[in-house]
Amino acid sequence: MSTILDAKIPQGPLAEKWTNYKNHQKLVNPANKRRLDVIVVGTGLAGASAAASLGEMGFNVLNFCIQDSPRRAHSIAAQGGINAAKNYQNDGDSVYRLFYDTIKGGDYRAREGNVYRLAEVANSIIDQCVAQGVPFAREYGGLLDNRSFGGAQVSRTFYAKGQTGQQLLLGAYSALSRQVNKGSVKLYTRYEMLDLVIIDGRARGIIARNLVTGKVERFAAHAVVIGTGGYGNAFFLSTNAMASNGSAAAQCYRRGAYFGNPCFAQIHPTCIPVHGEFQSKLTLMSESLRNDGRIWVPKKKEDAEAIRAGKLKPTQIKEEDRDYYLERRYPAFGNLVPRDVASRAAKERCDAGFGVGSTGLAVYLDFSEAINRLGLKAVEARYGNLFQMYEKIVDDNPYKTPMMIYPAIHYTMGGIWVDYELMTTISGLFAIGEANFSDHGANRLGASALMQGLADGYFVLPYTIQNYLADQIRVPRFSVDLPEFEAAEKEVNDKIARLMSIKGKRSVDSIHKELGLIMWDYVGMGRTKESLETALEKLKEVKKEFWTNVRIPGEANTLNVELEKALRVADFLEIGYLMALDGLNRNESCGGHFREEYQTPEGEAMRDDENYSYAACWKYTGEDKEPELVKEPLEYEFIVRQQRNYKA
Amino acid sequence: MEKVININLKIWRQKGPKAKGNFETYKLNGISGDTSFLEMLDILNEKLINEGQEPIVFDHDCREGICGMCSLYINGHPHGPDEDITTCQLHMRKFKDGETITIEPWRSAGFPVIRDLMVDRQAFDKIIQAGGYVSVNTGGVPDANAIPIPKAKADEAMDAASCIGCGACVAACKNGSAMLFVSAKVSQLALLPQGRIEAARRAKAMVAKMDELGFGNCTNTMACEQECPKNISISNIARMNREFISAKMND
Amino acid sequence: MCWLFNSSIGKKVIMSVSGIVLVLFLLFHVSMNVTAVFSEDAYNAICALLGANWYAVVATIGLGAIIAVHFIYASMLTLQNRKARGNDRYAVSSRPKHVTWASQNMFVLGILVIGFLLLHFAQFWYKMMFSEIIGHHEVQLGGSMVSPQAGAEFIKYYFSQTWIVIAYLIWYVALWFHLSHGFWSAFQTIGWNNTIWFNRWKAVGQIMATAICLGFAFVTIYFYVKSFCNGSCCGI
Repeated sequence: MSTILDAKIPQGPLAEKWTNYKNHQKLVNPANKRRLDVIVVGTGLAGASAAASLGEMGFNVLNFCIQDSPRRAHSIAAQGGINAAKNYQNDGDSVYRLFYDTIKGGDYRAREGNVYRLAEVANSIIDQCVAQGVPFAREYGGLLDNRSFGGAQVSRTFYAKGQTGQQLLLGAYSALSRQVNKGSVKLYTRYEMLDLVIIDGRARGIIARNLVTGKVERFAAHAVVIGTGGYGNAFFLSTNAMASNGSAAAQCYRRGAYFGNPCFAQIHPTCIPVHGEFQSKLTLMSESLRNDGRIWVPKKKEDAEAIRAGKLKPTQIKEEDRDYYLERRYPAFGNLVPRDVASRAAKERCDAGFGVGSTGLAVYLDFSEAINRLGLKAVEARYGNLFQMYEKIVDDNPYKTPMMIYPAIHYTMGGIWVDYELMTTISGLFAIGEANFSDHGANRLGASALMQGLADGYFVLPYTIQNYLADQIRVPRFSVDLPEFEAAEKEVNDKIARLMSIKGKRSVDSIHKELGLIMWDYVGMGRTKESLETALEKLKEVKKEFWTNVRIPGEANTLNVELEKALRVADFLEIGYLMALDGLNRNESCGGHFREEYQTPEGEAMRDDENYSYAACWKYTGEDKEPELVKEPLEYEFIVRQQRNYKA
Repeated sequence: MEKVININLKIWRQKGPKAKGNFETYKLNGISGDTSFLEMLDILNEKLINEGQEPIVFDHDCREGICGMCSLYINGHPHGPDEDITTCQLHMRKFKDGETITIEPWRSAGFPVIRDLMVDRQAFDKIIQAGGYVSVNTGGVPDANAIPIPKAKADEAMDAASCIGCGACVAACKNGSAMLFVSAKVSQLALLPQGRIEAARRAKAMVAKMDELGFGNCTNTMACEQECPKNISISNIARMNREFISAKMND
Repeated sequence: MCWLFNSSIGKKVIMSVSGIVLVLFLLFHVSMNVTAVFSEDAYNAICALLGANWYAVVATIGLGAIIAVHFIYASMLTLQNRKARGNDRYAVSSRPKHVTWASQNMFVLGILVIGFLLLHFAQFWYKMMFSEIIGHHEVQLGGSMVSPQAGAEFIKYYFSQTWIVIAYLIWYVALWFHLSHGFWSAFQTIGWNNTIWFNRWKAVGQIMATAICLGFAFVTIYFYVKSFCNGSCCGI
């Protein structure tokens, strides 16, 4: 029989669901809060804001991160901005419009209730951040400035230079630091979660490895919150940080949490192209560049070929010989179409032989028109730091020659399945931020990740977790000597011992790169039934190679970077497999998932609402066994689904 | 044509905080100028692993110059010889063929070495915990546009806030002083009306914590500002001094 | 007020304020010396005024105390800074551009300045103000006895000797470097600085250091050259 997942969406009109929920949920009184422990794994926007807010409320929080400081979480790298429907620009924005844009941008694969709540609390995020001292950009009148972003026709994006993620994270980090000072949050830096501990069906703790001493330790709590980000690094080359990983999610999955929509991965259209085999990561250039930059490739194939051979410079191509393909194909949104659309259009041009750069896998992002229109100074003020970053990496001056960009893996919409309360299928286990699967559907709009991370952490989880914890007030603190902890720790130690004993011939990175290449080639921007089947076969082989031929130097009981990487790659192999499996199951194209068999004659994604209007959740059934598919049907009560149209 | 170079590396290796460290030398051939500095170390580590040796440990994460995790004191400069960047943004095209590159960890009593090139920078977190925040709880705050802030002030606060907490300032300072880091946060919040309210308390608490953790005293050499990958200005230090002195005077 | 003594910024405020007072004293001292060039009598009058009069003695004790404080705090801070630097030194270090050599060697420069100060004290102060205080009305200067208030005689005597002139010139150079960093740095430390004033203070500091040191050097060289002429040549 197949289980139907209940998302526990509150009754009532869309705009009142969240208020209704809050009015009727259970709360925990202050005296009891002190007696309840919550583990929060991760210190990014979601993790730090959740840990800080829970700490402020009086819960006893244990907060873990793998870096040396909470401030280093990868949320820090978000450049562009954060959305909110403040309508400060008086351009007709509203909570409903933000909700609608987000759900449409996600290609109608997210829940109405969740997304509406997200749009609703977004305004409070901006207020909160300003109160914390986040230095958002301002107008000369002293009020907040906005810019526009892909997928929207209003200016609703708040920003702090090109470092919005950094400023928001530092805001959350400061709130967290305040709680650490007060003693309500205890920080564990350079710790990596390696397993989830379940007692009587409820999440009650984690096993984590102290990355400095190598010691595997046990931590108990009344509830566990996972805010560990996405799994984009399964592709090896992505815009994620080197240590970003999907291991916490994979551990939860193995312990019984369902993995939702793993195939929904976002390819960001504006990244610096790959240059060589030793490249370790891809650098994103903010989407905000598309506000003023125009994307083009040569109209004539021979021009493209000459450029690739180094015989022609882009500045030598005449205006009429340039193909501004986004403006041509999508007149209404032009260069500001959503990310998936822009990425696919770039791939289409490059595959057709119009790509530039030495590899032919790049398109131009040109600012000459903006520089003529606004002046060099204005362009510099808006994008100076991004241009500088580009120049440092590529050694080319983007004020003079157009930037070269190409899509790269950036964000994963899929993740641990959660209900309206952000609780996973395991009682007492919550997932927030990019780690959960929820609000972006099949594609995330720019400046929405920061919004979702902070919405979950500041304004959603701190409420919904109480509805769960209210029943736990009589449960005394757990001892980490319980047999469940012992068993989990042993499993972790066994796994580590097994990895260390392989003593094979290949470095972890070399296998990770092989995995990444398979993912990019077969589970990347354009997928087919055949490519996904090939991926599944190849992934099995890589997994075998990994478990028989990996080489980890050094000892396990001390700092060992290679061991850390190996543990993560072991989980990426599993997640990669899930992504391919999920992609194969979803016989439609939607958002970040593009199946080449399912497209309109013009090459646009063709959704199949009749058969695939559901969240595909994967249930772990055991080592090397095929996971089981569980569906959460998506009901659209309030809006009518349409084919996404950015043309008119 | 693309530049390809051969280099000699002199790298600090140290087993643990108490262990005695020493330099090891390595040779790397055929490094492309487009390789980033950390990718060059990846290549070296790959080689070491294949030879059955332990790889060199160094901190790194985002590799796009914003997380502040990467450190490395390269040829006498924190974050290497190029300007306004972190180590992860440094590219091998900045080095000459046949050059010997010396790589050391941040050296400061405040940042003990964990292993090789990795140091412990928790002291920075402790300083922020002492007062680097505005004491507001989640919820119940005024509308974001309730208090207009002059653009110039907001921009100046933003410049101070762009500190990534990498510790290059401490590493560059001959006195091991953390003044630039601390003052960047004190300044950011002192410039904004939201942070103004507890500015005095913050300056006192953060300076006291900085002193307690054993960082040195600022002698205004400006090495911190010169080596800061984010160009944080020492005018922030002047502002913090001002904040601190007036706070103490008003006690 | 204990923050002045137990916080890093407090201790540096002590350095700054004492330093600024010393700069003011130097300004006074250099103007006094320059007077000697124009009129030895006027210079002697100032020396007489600053003789064993109670206010001059009090000011001198104050000045001595400020020098002592400046030196003691410099030593304390330097020791602390070395400790903060840790035990391991960089194998390769280089001075970033815009970082002045003086700024990194203030303590060494300070020691130099104080070392020469002792010489200066032995030659001038000990025989002038100190002699007067202990009641001598005549002191030995080279082969002759002079009044401790006859400052110009001292200048002429010492600055006719080559090694002393060279020593003093070295001293001025050290002092120049010390002041070139010390002056603006003092204002930075007391928080009287920002991006606009930064360059202004630096300029003022450079001009002042140069004026003070050139002033001293001018007097020294003037009397050295004059000693060859025995007052008969060059019309001086």
